[in-house]
Amino acid sequence: MVSTWLLLARTWTRAALQYPATLAMLSAGVVISTSLDLLTIVIVFLHVPRFGGFEPAGVMYLYGGAHIAFALSNVLIGSADRLGEHIRTGNFDTMLIRPVHPLVQLATEDFSPRKVARLVPSCLVLGWGISRLDLSPGDLLLTALMIVNGTVLFCALWVLAAAAQFVLLDAAQATHVITWGGEFTVQYPMSLYAREFLYAVTFVVPLAFVNWQPSLYVLGVPDPLGLPGFVRFLGPVATALLCLVAAAAWRTGLRHYRSTGS
Amino acid sequence: MIQLSEVSKTFPVRQKTGRLRRGRTLVTAVDKIGFEVSPGEFVGYLGPNGAGKSTTIKMLTGILSPSSGRVRVAGLDPSRRRTELALRLGVVFGQRTTLWWDLPLRDSFALIRHLYKVDQRRFAARLAELTELLDLGPFLGTPVRQLSLGQRMRGDLTAALLHSPALLVLDEPTIGLDVVSKATVREFLARINAEEGTTVLLTTHDLGDIERLCRRVMVIDHGRVAFDGTLDELRATAPADRTLIVDLAGDGVLAGLPDGVRLVRREGPRSWLAVPPDVSAASVVADVARACDVADIALREPDIEDVVTRLYRGSPAPA
Repeated sequence: MVSTWLLLARTWTRAALQYPATLAMLSAGVVISTSLDLLTIVIVFLHVPRFGGFEPAGVMYLYGGAHIAFALSNVLIGSADRLGEHIRTGNFDTMLIRPVHPLVQLATEDFSPRKVARLVPSCLVLGWGISRLDLSPGDLLLTALMIVNGTVLFCALWVLAAAAQFVLLDAAQATHVITWGGEFTVQYPMSLYAREFLYAVTFVVPLAFVNWQPSLYVLGVPDPLGLPGFVRFLGPVATALLCLVAAAAWRTGLRHYRSTGS
Repeated sequence: MIQLSEVSKTFPVRQKTGRLRRGRTLVTAVDKIGFEVSPGEFVGYLGPNGAGKSTTIKMLTGILSPSSGRVRVAGLDPSRRRTELALRLGVVFGQRTTLWWDLPLRDSFALIRHLYKVDQRRFAARLAELTELLDLGPFLGTPVRQLSLGQRMRGDLTAALLHSPALLVLDEPTIGLDVVSKATVREFLARINAEEGTTVLLTTHDLGDIERLCRRVMVIDHGRVAFDGTLDELRATAPADRTLIVDLAGDGVLAGLPDGVRLVRREGPRSWLAVPPDVSAASVVADVARACDVADIALREPDIEDVVTRLYRGSPAPA
């Protein structure tokens, strides 16, 4: 599965490299557009010393971790988001008759290296944040695990979003709420949000486990919801549950797939 | 190779029934069909649009799961073991390509070799063989989007056969092709079937495909198998009218029509006559030529669509 992913991704990359100028401009565009949110944060800090109870280094740590996890998941499986389009064009039928899991094909279809460009600003921001914080080797290890866990969690969200499109063919925009919307939500300190919303992103769509809960531990900040200490480490559990839900949704969707007339 | 018993597929269809209300009705695309195809057979699968042809093919290839009934292809349940089945199955959709749009044919084939895990030496030999049979040489390096329809179809056929599948399923492979490309494709399919023993299931609207290739024909209508037998048997079951086109000279009036022959249409000096199967076309021509001043006359055999249409209606040729 991994080797097939790499093979397909390499093939599409080669196709994209046929137009190097286009690729370069698109990549630059991606870097600039992802940096705009960052600019907002910088502007806020020009006026106030703390944002959501965090100093600049902490905010950048949260922002960087969230964006790296999202960018990685987007590279891995973000293209699955276009399932509705592939169903409409009948392209998905073709994927189903090949001896490779359709999700792997979906994930790599039209793969472009420009998605990797998203990692550049987020890595710089996280690096800057970490250099300003005094983190122990254990904290750094936890940071790495947090990013891995966040990536898998976002992947599960991409699959969920794709599965929804089996039913709602034109729902790509609607499903962006949990994928791109998820990224938007986790990039800021969650202490900014209302309690009800915080509960929702902890227990319903477990976005709080992408970076918020583990970061509270790393940065030594108390949980605004007052949840017990072990919750900081529940990330893998939340991710595993979400993966189960996503897998079930995908299977159900595929079983009810009705193809298009041809 | 293929076994279907009591297979049905229903789709829920939502319809607006009121300003806000929406009703759900079940549409039966395939209604308890059952048939078997033995290894090495070449079967034509016919039916009008919406008869359930594509739905059947999609159930055979594992794209759709049947609502009820039992499907077995190469001994496997297609929808449950789709990936495994894919290794033994070649599929060509005439309406769309299974190749990668932006990749040269050669790269598409290399990718397929990896996906289907074909051994490098066998792949090279197979590709060389198919390249020669289908004359792919001149455009192996061309991106798929720049290929002509005929070239693309030959590329698709190659892609479907690189892993030497036991069963080849073709959904309208000759649609839109010119005469020469059609001939190439047909000759190639006949050869693959005869020499490699590949079982072929072919859907088409083209009489030529069926006549040239299929020893067995199945007709599906309203989701049921309406006929299963040879092409000659099909013609015998549902004989159709031939059409006689008569051009009259000057302002002549058509006369002398024998019993049973109907005037179907008239446009200026030209008339279309329906000649039932039990009336000799020669005698009609003779009678008409004797009765009026004929400039030209032409006879058109019924095409498979007419035969099939007649079969759908379940009525014998009108007298």
